[in-house]
Amino acid sequence: MSVLEIHDLHVSVETEQGKIDILKGVDLTVNEGEIHAIMGPNGSGKSTLAYTIAGHPKYHVERGSIKLDGNEMTGLPVDERARAGLFLAMQYPVEIPGVAVTNFLRTAKTALDGEAPALRGWTKDVREAMKNLRMDPSFAQRNVNEGFSGGEKKRHEILQMELLKPKFAILDETDSGLDVDALKIVADGVNRAKTETGLGLLVITHYTRILRYIQPDFVHVFVDGRVAEEGGPELADRLEAEGYDRFLTETSVG
Amino acid sequence: MSAPASPLTTDEGAHQQAQLDPTQPGRAPRSDGGSSYVPVQTRSERFKSTTTSDFPAVTGREIEWKFSPIAKLRPLIEGELDGGAWHYDTVATPGVSIAWVDRADASVGSAGVPEDRASANAWTSFERALAITIDGDEIQDLALERSRLDGAPRAAHTIITAKKHSRGHIVLHNSGAAQLAENVEIVVEDGADLTVVSVQQWNDDAIHLASHFARVGRDAKLRHVVVSLDGDVIRINPSVHLVSEGADVELYGAYFATSGQHIEQQVFVDHNAPKTKSRVTYKGALQGRGAHTVWIGDVLIRQSAAGTDSYEQNRNLLLSDGARADSIPNLEIETGDIAGAGHASASGRFDDEQLFYLQARGISEEEARRLVVRGFLAEIVQRIGSPELQTRLESAIELALVPEGAPS
Ligand SMILES: Nc1ncnc2c1ncn2[C@@H]1O[C@H](COP(=O)(O)OP(=O)(O)OP(=O)(O)O)[C@@H](O)[C@H]1O
Ligand SMILES: [Mg+2]
Repeated sequence: MSVLEIHDLHVSVETEQGKIDILKGVDLTVNEGEIHAIMGPNGSGKSTLAYTIAGHPKYHVERGSIKLDGNEMTGLPVDERARAGLFLAMQYPVEIPGVAVTNFLRTAKTALDGEAPALRGWTKDVREAMKNLRMDPSFAQRNVNEGFSGGEKKRHEILQMELLKPKFAILDETDSGLDVDALKIVADGVNRAKTETGLGLLVITHYTRILRYIQPDFVHVFVDGRVAEEGGPELADRLEAEGYDRFLTETSVG
Repeated sequence: MSAPASPLTTDEGAHQQAQLDPTQPGRAPRSDGGSSYVPVQTRSERFKSTTTSDFPAVTGREIEWKFSPIAKLRPLIEGELDGGAWHYDTVATPGVSIAWVDRADASVGSAGVPEDRASANAWTSFERALAITIDGDEIQDLALERSRLDGAPRAAHTIITAKKHSRGHIVLHNSGAAQLAENVEIVVEDGADLTVVSVQQWNDDAIHLASHFARVGRDAKLRHVVVSLDGDVIRINPSVHLVSEGADVELYGAYFATSGQHIEQQVFVDHNAPKTKSRVTYKGALQGRGAHTVWIGDVLIRQSAAGTDSYEQNRNLLLSDGARADSIPNLEIETGDIAGAGHASASGRFDDEQLFYLQARGISEEEARRLVVRGFLAEIVQRIGSPELQTRLESAIELALVPEGAPS
């Protein structure tokens, strides 16, 4: 049974004006097979949490821990965390000129497994996963994210998640910018991955729309670098109806 | 539309020098701005001669030498050069003839005249020229391997001619020892379509100074690709004269300089007829202390070149501290009637976000760097038009990425 435990996480970032604290004590536990939604106003630190878990060098852990199955992740290089089973579907996926999607996927799979995947099975897996996500086969030959539309980039992130089979995935606003059909396609992909591999998910979103397709077990409200409230799926609906005012006045941000 | 009455020169101050500053981690200097403003001499007025002694002694301050490591080049600039025939390996191709021709042959000098002293020295010294002639409208492929020069200072002269409406693909592959000054003339006759690829994978102590002169005829097309990877000093200066209406050139360059290597290219495109087109794309990667690259891109659009379309760009990727990339685009426009003229030049350090993205998928930092650099240069390497050579060069680029002293 896999578990991702975040405890008392404090994170800062270096800016031109000096160091600023963004995360101010985050506690969160995700068990395998669970779906956790994180909602919260712009700038509350959701992406910071996602990047910090993945190990982005810009974010400094000041205090606290991130444990995957009891192993400390803070301090590990980015690629080692990925190999330990963490995956981040990014809010803004990066273009990599001259690197074809197929080459990228194969290189990643090889790095994660420690050996190259058997060619025939792998080619078939890639083709099928692309088909399920309604991605044209021509994407395989295109350069990573280069010239992809916003929605295409997001599908490409989910494609990677399905093929790379992490233990835990963080989806940072994967639903933003998707039309209704694409949203459903992406949600199907997430549910497929969960059924197949039983991964745990942290779904960062501003909208309950996606949560109708990806049913969360828990909802966390993120405000000013901390979890301000937690609850079941009903909390998401309440947030949609009421907004974050209640929390913002309580913590007097502004 | 009002045409400017006098020659218009843009971007005299565009010289970019990029160097990673170890005292400011994470900052990517893009340009030193206009601090090195040098008025550009009109390229058409530059001195030319085929005779060494017509050129004054080189001081190293000349516009064409000021970036080059002159001390290492003295033997080629002013020394005596062996001008005898050299050995090459090739496989005979029916539509391509290869022959040694006399200095007095009519084809000698048909594409250009030296504009620097080393080029003139090579011209003065060569005994016979190697003439490669392509005929026939089926595409003719030829690869010429030059791997057995002995490393003593020498001159060479090569003339590549694509006859009217012929189509050819010529690869000049250089390896082994060399101290070589040479001229390569490229004549693309009316309606012909020619690709010339020059690959430098010399020994680590090799010195190679080359001038390529091309003359592109009516509705003819030249694709010129330079890939420079190994050698101590490599300086390849292609100048292309678009002399008839509809002439079209694409110039590509890929280079990778590691510690102590100097790789330079001075590109000149001379638009001298209406409706001519040029595209120049050079990309370089640099790694290690003392790696130095120079790209100068001169484009001249003469009064006679109405309706010209031109674009040139140079991009450099600095992979470590202590490397330096000079990048200088120059655009001279003498006519008001152009279809397009532009340039771009950018030198920057490795993009950490790309690295993060790849590493977040489990790929090690070293492998991620390899992918990114290979991808960066792929745009050029894919233009070579020979899958086998392309694969060979891709592995060579990966090899260059392995840091010195690391087990390979
Ligand atoms: N690299 C950085 N440099 C400076 N400030 C940063 C940096 N990264 C994050 N911040 C600041 O930290 C705060 C949290 O940002 P973060 O991106 O985590 O918010 P978010 O909750 O994901 O917001 P959104 O809903 O808009 O995506 C913001 O005020 C942001 O400006
Ligand atoms: Mg965000």
